[in-house]
Amino acid sequence: MDMLQAILLTVITAATPLVIAASGELVTERSGVLNLGVEGMMIMGAVCAFATAHMTGSPYLGILAGIASGALFSLLFGFLTLTLVTNQVATGLALTILGLGVSGMLGESFVGLPGVKLQPIVFPVLSEIPFIGPLLFRQDLIFYMSVALVFGTGWFLFKSRAGLKIRAIGDSHASAHALGINVIRPCYLAVMLRGTCAGLAGAQLSLVYTPQWVENMSAGRGWIALALVVFASWRPWRVLAGGYLFGAVSIGQLHAQAFGIGVPSQLLSALPYLATIVVLVIISHNRRTTLINTPASLGKSFVPDR
Amino acid sequence: MRIELEKRAGVSRLFTLLSPLLALVLTLLVGAVMFAMLGKNPAHALYAFFVEPLLEVWSLHELAIKAAPLILIGVGLSICYRSNNWNIGAEGQFTIGAITGSILPVLYPDWHSPMLLPLMLVMGAIGGALYAGIPALLKTKFNTNEILVSLMLVYVAQLFLDWLTRGIWRDPGGYNFPQTKPFNDSAVLPEMLASGRAHWGFVFAIVAAIALWFMMRYMLKGFEVTVLGQSARAGRFAGFSSSRMVWFSMLLSGALAGLAGISEASGSIGHLQPSISPGYGFTAIIVAFLGRLNPLGIILSGLVLALTYLGGEAAQLSIGVSDKVTRVFQGLMLFFVLSCDTLIFYRIRVVFTGKAHHKEGAA
Repeated sequence: MDMLQAILLTVITAATPLVIAASGELVTERSGVLNLGVEGMMIMGAVCAFATAHMTGSPYLGILAGIASGALFSLLFGFLTLTLVTNQVATGLALTILGLGVSGMLGESFVGLPGVKLQPIVFPVLSEIPFIGPLLFRQDLIFYMSVALVFGTGWFLFKSRAGLKIRAIGDSHASAHALGINVIRPCYLAVMLRGTCAGLAGAQLSLVYTPQWVENMSAGRGWIALALVVFASWRPWRVLAGGYLFGAVSIGQLHAQAFGIGVPSQLLSALPYLATIVVLVIISHNRRTTLINTPASLGKSFVPDR
Repeated sequence: MRIELEKRAGVSRLFTLLSPLLALVLTLLVGAVMFAMLGKNPAHALYAFFVEPLLEVWSLHELAIKAAPLILIGVGLSICYRSNNWNIGAEGQFTIGAITGSILPVLYPDWHSPMLLPLMLVMGAIGGALYAGIPALLKTKFNTNEILVSLMLVYVAQLFLDWLTRGIWRDPGGYNFPQTKPFNDSAVLPEMLASGRAHWGFVFAIVAAIALWFMMRYMLKGFEVTVLGQSARAGRFAGFSSSRMVWFSMLLSGALAGLAGISEASGSIGHLQPSISPGYGFTAIIVAFLGRLNPLGIILSGLVLALTYLGGEAAQLSIGVSDKVTRVFQGLMLFFVLSCDTLIFYRIRVVFTGKAHHKEGAA
């Protein structure tokens, strides 16, 4: 395995949680709900996945636990923002703060313990293809799920009836309501899907990326996933491209640190965050295209007239 | 069974006052359950967490030390949130304020002058304001989301401080500890009272809160904040400029966060080190909401949240629970405050399925 392949492999591993988390958030934002709690749900997914895998020895149970915790946490968010129509920005922040706190508390007894690494699933013939075989067909389950998720959300949003409903709701709660569409229920589904994805992304962090538990190990990835959705201008396929771009930046800086080029390591560590800002500026500077792409009711609460 | 909201005819005065209290009570209840699940006596634990820190003079001083940055940042953020600008990067502005404010005492450690401290405070506030100016600039010029930009800048600021204190600003005589030279006496923010450590940062916080309360209540600027926050369109008809409001609210909150940063560095730490804040900038968001975005309410809520920090430390010592409990309490509190606030504008009705069925059928 040559150098380039090794680097690409790490890029894929770094990009996978971003792609997963961003895909989920994309569907939610299409339904008009802005969930800033990604970071909190992700870290909950990470700690629950790690703890379960460590105690049972099965990384697959870990994945399930990660997903379940993310979904449960997002249900809390859904209840507040959809049923009690609280401010979505503030509620998302609350979810993040609570997630960081609860995960820190739950994870305290797991710090420094050996993790269970999710083993790759090898496709018999395909993985023998030179160069791309090991990259694409000798990966772990979560990677395959991330790819399926991107295509799944693309199909769901643009080809299915439920997806059409969700997009209609996201563009105008009131019009969708007037058409007789139940506004709240699809939003709940989207929010839950979002939690599932964030939990899965967290599980990837603590089972694949670094199979151990470190407090705050999500390190802002939930926020970067939010930025990715803007970057992708709410189109599922672009999430894939964006995710890999960000994965490349964060891996590139690690390699640069290892080579010890004459730049402070802190500056290199700051690169993914700076790149996020630059990308956001480039994407959103054109007011017209942003307006066309953004779900019109994003972040607005809806109370039906009765 | 499902839950429906029914809009009240007007704002409920009763729940405006009651909802923060209700939120506190609910937080305590959940806290008690949590302690019980951890195998601790809930009454004892809550006492250690929320009452014990209030019984000693020294810990009241600690309370003021912790409340000062929370209130300073919180009142600034309240203006932002009222005007619908979502600065969530106060932690970064706090850090940069501490850095720019420390330029003089770090680079000229032997300069003693009564001018030093005021200069430091002003430089800290300017640093914080400029750093908050970045998301403001990007929002007004390039239409970029200020939430994400201000948050990303938190990580950048913390890494910058890390680099400074481990690199060019490290004290050569500091036994290799990553920290700057201790500030000299004239660079240290003096104590308020002779009885303990609490410094003038608390006074700044109270003054800032009262000044902003006055602005929001009696000045045109305050009205402008409220109008633009509730409806940018209505604001434009009144001749108010949305983008100037972005600048105003971001710079103001950045300056206050910066002032909080240098007050903390100078008043309670006395030097710079890689980590100078236990998340004040994020906790201040909770403070702002618990104080229902009212500067005077924020004084109270700042004290409450400061108590959660102290309580966490105290509970760790006396009953042996993790100090992570603090963050959990803070998160819970924000959740409950937000949900209880719904009661101000809405009546909550639980509808049993039989009645609501025809509405479902129409959908």
